[in-house]
Amino acid sequence: MTMSDVNSTVQAHAGIVVEDLQVVTAQGAAPIVRGISFAVTPGSILGLVGESGSGKTTAGLALLAHARPGLKIAAGRVSIGGVSMLNLSARELRTMRGREITYVPQDPATALHPGLRLRTQLAECLRNPADATDERLHRLLEDVGLPDPARILSAFPHELSGGQQQRIAIAMAFAPQPQAILMDEPTTALDVTTQTRVLHLVRAMAQQHRTAIVYVSHDLAVVAALADQVAVMYAGEIVEAGTAAQVLERRLHPYTGALLRAVPDPDQALVLKGLSGHAPDPAHRPPGCAFAARCDLAEDACRLAPPADLVAEPGHVVRCRRMGQTAISRPQAMAQPILSQPQAAPLLTLSGLGAWHGRQVLHDIAIDIAGGRCTAVVGESGSGKTTLARCIAGLHAHWTGDIRLNGAPLRPSAGQRSREQLRRIQYVFQNPYASLNPRQTIGQSLLVAGRHLRGSKAISRSEILAALASVGLPHRAADAFPGQLSGGQRQRAAIARGLICQPDLLVCDEITSALDVSIQATIVELLLRLQQQRGLSMLFVAHNIGLVRSIAQDIIVLQAGRIVESGPTQVVLSAPKAKETARLMQDAPRFAAGLQVAPARHIAPMVV
Amino acid sequence: MTGSGLAAMLLRRLLLGLLTLLLVSLVVFAATQLLPGDVATAILGRTATPARIAALRAALHLNHAPLAQYGLWILGLLHGDLGNSLVTGKPILSDIAGRLYNSSLLVIITAVISLPIAVIAGLAAAVRHDRATDIALSTVALALSALPEFVIGIALIIVSSLAAPHVLPMVSLVQPGHSPLQTPRVLVLPLLTLTLVVFPYVFRMMRGSMIDVLESDYIEMARLKGVSPHRLLIVHALPSALPPTIQAIALTLAYLAGGIVVVEYVFGYAGIGEGIVSAVGTRDLPEIQDFTLILAAVYVCLNIIADVCTVLLTPKLRTRRA
Repeated sequence: MTMSDVNSTVQAHAGIVVEDLQVVTAQGAAPIVRGISFAVTPGSILGLVGESGSGKTTAGLALLAHARPGLKIAAGRVSIGGVSMLNLSARELRTMRGREITYVPQDPATALHPGLRLRTQLAECLRNPADATDERLHRLLEDVGLPDPARILSAFPHELSGGQQQRIAIAMAFAPQPQAILMDEPTTALDVTTQTRVLHLVRAMAQQHRTAIVYVSHDLAVVAALADQVAVMYAGEIVEAGTAAQVLERRLHPYTGALLRAVPDPDQALVLKGLSGHAPDPAHRPPGCAFAARCDLAEDACRLAPPADLVAEPGHVVRCRRMGQTAISRPQAMAQPILSQPQAAPLLTLSGLGAWHGRQVLHDIAIDIAGGRCTAVVGESGSGKTTLARCIAGLHAHWTGDIRLNGAPLRPSAGQRSREQLRRIQYVFQNPYASLNPRQTIGQSLLVAGRHLRGSKAISRSEILAALASVGLPHRAADAFPGQLSGGQRQRAAIARGLICQPDLLVCDEITSALDVSIQATIVELLLRLQQQRGLSMLFVAHNIGLVRSIAQDIIVLQAGRIVESGPTQVVLSAPKAKETARLMQDAPRFAAGLQVAPARHIAPMVV
Repeated sequence: MTGSGLAAMLLRRLLLGLLTLLLVSLVVFAATQLLPGDVATAILGRTATPARIAALRAALHLNHAPLAQYGLWILGLLHGDLGNSLVTGKPILSDIAGRLYNSSLLVIITAVISLPIAVIAGLAAAVRHDRATDIALSTVALALSALPEFVIGIALIIVSSLAAPHVLPMVSLVQPGHSPLQTPRVLVLPLLTLTLVVFPYVFRMMRGSMIDVLESDYIEMARLKGVSPHRLLIVHALPSALPPTIQAIALTLAYLAGGIVVVEYVFGYAGIGEGIVSAVGTRDLPEIQDFTLILAAVYVCLNIIADVCTVLLTPKLRTRRA
């Protein structure tokens, strides 16, 4: 490319332009990402949405001409501010990366260098590191709302909280005033309040610096609140793209519709519908539409030939041959929030509960938890939700006060409780990737739990298979190791491990936060069914208000280790009395109202 | 980070090290008590009269209760008196000093030669992961680590005597009271052997930890920030890859200090290792005890040094969450 070419294209293609991008596995040449095209103008934000494995991060990293080990960019064009990224020399690429296009990683805890002070790491991000005066660096940190910049600059990453690390990562991305930024799920690790602050910040800085941003996320509510344009990815392709309003309101592709039926709403209890099955393996994609196998609306022709892009209206493109011929069903409000009557005597009674993690983290918790119902515990991170759950299960022993199960007091730690008490309270952990023994089959894990807690009585294989079936896992899962299962399947197995003990109370600690939204919906469906069929009581710890609304009958709102409000979920959330509840409701991302920073502007036509 | 925090850690480790040495001394003493055979008989031969044996036993405090013998030994050590050799009757200190010097010379020169080579080779292999450089280096390292040191030593002797006879001595004899540096030729083959023995461990650890670091999120982040390759390697990757390697180096040096037994024996080199072998052969209990304790002290010191280096290179270990 000659200089005159560069100059002539800069004006025409400011921001980000991607054309027909293809990323394949380095060995088998199986396409991970294929035929991706989009454009983002300066100052606007494109939300790239999809589930785990949809190729959204792979497509995003290609903006920096980067492919993760084992992958390579096979074809296509990526232009940042008119410079074509894919045929630069290594040296030229370095001058683009970190200057014209920057990157905000998904998990700053691992992406910030653990051994370098933040001053060093931030200074490296400036166009000219020699400009790294204290004043300049302090302003960068102040821009992202970080107090006490002097202390932060001389700190190492592990000395900051997750939210602070995330802001550092964002400050680093904006530091060189780049033309484009790729953000890879930068708010996944944050609680809603911090998340809202960070989203406002991204929006404001994009407009202030006229930066084109691609925001990769599986969280549709976040994207709805932030993005001007949305592109929905499935099996490595963009299946629907347009303005945020077009895609999220009209939702013409069946997959978009299915995803949106899985998204909970903080303002009403929705019937969440999961998406059964899973996306095809990149090496064995069907000849026709990749989504056909999971699509309610598919017909034979869908399976034969790949669908072409259809233009629904200017700027709104849908890759579905049946577009417009069928109605995509919308989420339904729960007809009548399931309200089993509380039993006369509460299942669990907490009084005067205080707990310590070095300092006191729970204060004077007093609450009755009704049998047969699902009680949610919500609050921002650090409010003591998980500690409360762990005290009840005996996993955190450093507490005082009184916890009674059907009137009988429980000892602080699980080791001091009777087997019968242990059996009656089962715990499902947040991270299904870490909570199952990787060296035991799922069947063995269930067997150990059941045998241990139900006494010497042998657990028959048919009972194990029944427990697996009750969580929707096939019989062969009994002989599978956790590594052979997907995240959603593992979490089902962890639930089955609790169920085989025939518990009275299932404590669920953020059990869907590591999962995709459609998988989350299937887990919610499962828990609601178990509750109805077995009268199972649940303590459901979560930070997602919408999710809680769709599953829990009762709610406890924690703030700084104290209960600030409790009662029936629909009542509490519809008319919050405590300030904290109102704030959590206000910060919860939702479709209806976008971020009120500025109206969506600078919408570029899609390059198709 | 507080300097006093590091000092406190150092002090704690030193005290623990002393405790370790005390325990080692107990174990060593107990073990020598269990050695079969009577020392006096061993020294004087079977034809000695009972009267002479009894006299020697008395001179050697062998009639004292074991605990008293242990006490005498430790008390002596604390006064810098390592006791006398049972065989020569001379103070062990003078014998050990020469051997310690010879062995240290061997270990230090080996370390100076082989550690930089192994670290740089490990870096090179990690950067060219799965390419020709890496495969060649890794294959050599794997082959070397599969060979015991005496095989390498003997193989080198054979090769050098066949290929270039009379250039290098096959036996590395050092005159008592002389430094091996006066006849550097005697050092060549033992050094080469030890270098080949040490190389694979350090190389493999460096390569492995560097590959892990290069695949980490923060190195990907640095690449995407446009950090220059040179800075990426030296400022970002190397400090994170070093701590495991430092531990490997410490273990290797400790191994060298003790493991040169075989190499010294193969070459007849008058160091600590050869000293231990001959002391065991002659049932020279005080010498065995002193030698073993010295080796243990070297182990303890090397580990403390390695841990301090690791802490210095790992901010998470030396700063508390604010």
